[in-house]
Amino acid sequence: MTSEDKIANDLTEKFRSLSGKIRVQRARRIMAEVDKDSFEEVLGYAIKILRFSILCTITGLDERQSIGLIYHIARTDGIVLSIKTSVSYEKPLMNTITPYFPAAEIYEREIADLLGVEIAGLGPGNRYPLPDNWPKGEYPLRKNWKKNASANNIIKERTDNA
Amino acid sequence: MRKVVIPIGPQHPALKEPESFSVTLSGERIMAFSARLGYNHRGIEKACEERTYIQDVYLVERICGICSHAHSTAFVQAVEEIAGLSVPERALYIRTIIAELERIHSHLLWLGVAGHEIGFDTLLMYTWRDREVVMDILAELTGNRVNYGINTIGGVRRNIDASEISDILKAMDILEERTKYYIQLAKEETTLIKRLSCVGILSHEDALSLGAVGPTARASGIPRDTRKDDPYAAYDKLEFKVITDDHCDVYGRTLVRLGELMESYKMIRQALKEMPTGPISVKAPRKIPAGEAFSRYEAPRGEDVHYVKADGTDRPERVKVRAPTLANLQTVAKMLEDRQLADLPIVIAAIDPCFSCTDRLISLREPKKPDKTLAWEDLRAYSIEWYRARGIDFTKVNRKISRRN
Repeated sequence: MTSEDKIANDLTEKFRSLSGKIRVQRARRIMAEVDKDSFEEVLGYAIKILRFSILCTITGLDERQSIGLIYHIARTDGIVLSIKTSVSYEKPLMNTITPYFPAAEIYEREIADLLGVEIAGLGPGNRYPLPDNWPKGEYPLRKNWKKNASANNIIKERTDNA
Repeated sequence: MRKVVIPIGPQHPALKEPESFSVTLSGERIMAFSARLGYNHRGIEKACEERTYIQDVYLVERICGICSHAHSTAFVQAVEEIAGLSVPERALYIRTIIAELERIHSHLLWLGVAGHEIGFDTLLMYTWRDREVVMDILAELTGNRVNYGINTIGGVRRNIDASEISDILKAMDILEERTKYYIQLAKEETTLIKRLSCVGILSHEDALSLGAVGPTARASGIPRDTRKDDPYAAYDKLEFKVITDDHCDVYGRTLVRLGELMESYKMIRQALKEMPTGPISVKAPRKIPAGEAFSRYEAPRGEDVHYVKADGTDRPERVKVRAPTLANLQTVAKMLEDRQLADLPIVIAAIDPCFSCTDRLISLREPKKPDKTLAWEDLRAYSIEWYRARGIDFTKVNRKISRRN
């Protein structure tokens, strides 16, 4: 049995709800889907017991009905576990993972800015990457986002100044 | 002493890219440091969703002018994985060779910038002159000095022939000799050692917890390198060492990059020798079947990651990019804690930041004939004349160098 299969089995044994939701995509790539409630427990287990000590990045996805969040974490032997979870489209709320990975802050701010996911537990700090005068409620990575007049003005102002 | 908050940037904060830093000082001592990013955000991820896969190859290549091959390779690898394409071996070797040439030009560029930041401009002049050797090779192989356009989905667009191989090998010999000189310089030149040692300290533990990548992590004793840990292209067939150092400061980061240059020359020679013959690409479908892939790449600055999600059309559903600087920038506050303000430029420069890179296309017109565009050779001749008219003439020095080579 490969290390990837072993990790997948280990996760399924520990978390019954993950049964059928983990797949080994290829060597060194494992994808798992978890619901929001058990996400933190699975993440903590993967970090502490399965030694996924590196956070590669967090991907945010607009899935029309919900907002998907994929946490790509890696081990020193090159195996990457992508843990996917979803939050509601209307009121997207997720807890910060900065207690596990302090470096997650910038990735979480990016998701907050571009997809409008509220990250609970994130301390004060600069926004990233949109400008400070970006209009409220405008999330450019959402599929239904269209440039409106105020966003257009900010983009134009930046281009003119560049 | 009263604390003073100094805003640095966003225009030209010690580097040639927009970035805003806020530094709280007590006298000359840095008490707190925060960065505001995003001045170069161009919405490339969103733009990728509106274009076809093949257009995106060229778009993601333009995320960065220095490590453009890093982005295009990471992207095509993800798309190829989703489409189930098996890329010919020769194409993988060519990708690897371009990748290492890119690392050489990037590390030499960094060495010059580092020299400049500490007032050692002779080092800048020397390294940037030598860097032209690898830039010429990249231009010969791909047609471009930057944004090479060598990658396509399913392989590469240009082959490498025997005369090009001989040119690369000659260039590697020249650069190897020059790098040996820089290594000697870094080990013996007291001014350089004293200026860089104990500056920008990042302990092994901090580098791990803050998620440092690339030479920044390796100079804090973390033997982490995607080429070794999660091999892609032809790296699993090449022999190389992961260069680490335990100085945990800017001096260590210098030694790591110099060591990596020597490894790159070795890897290129081996790849050229062992590169198999055969096709350089396979036909890729216009529409990519639904699926997702996560691709990693060791760029000159550290790990670059791309995530691509396909929905069965000719355009991606989502493209996510995490460039290495975003990971490394978070270590800078730690490096500057309780340090002198004068160390700020070199400490920031030492992570080799790349806030977005190239701006836009420019065309250069001849001053007296505005409808004539200057070609590369014209521009070079024009600059030589410009300096000569002002009493600066490198003819003798150049002759001496070419005789030695």
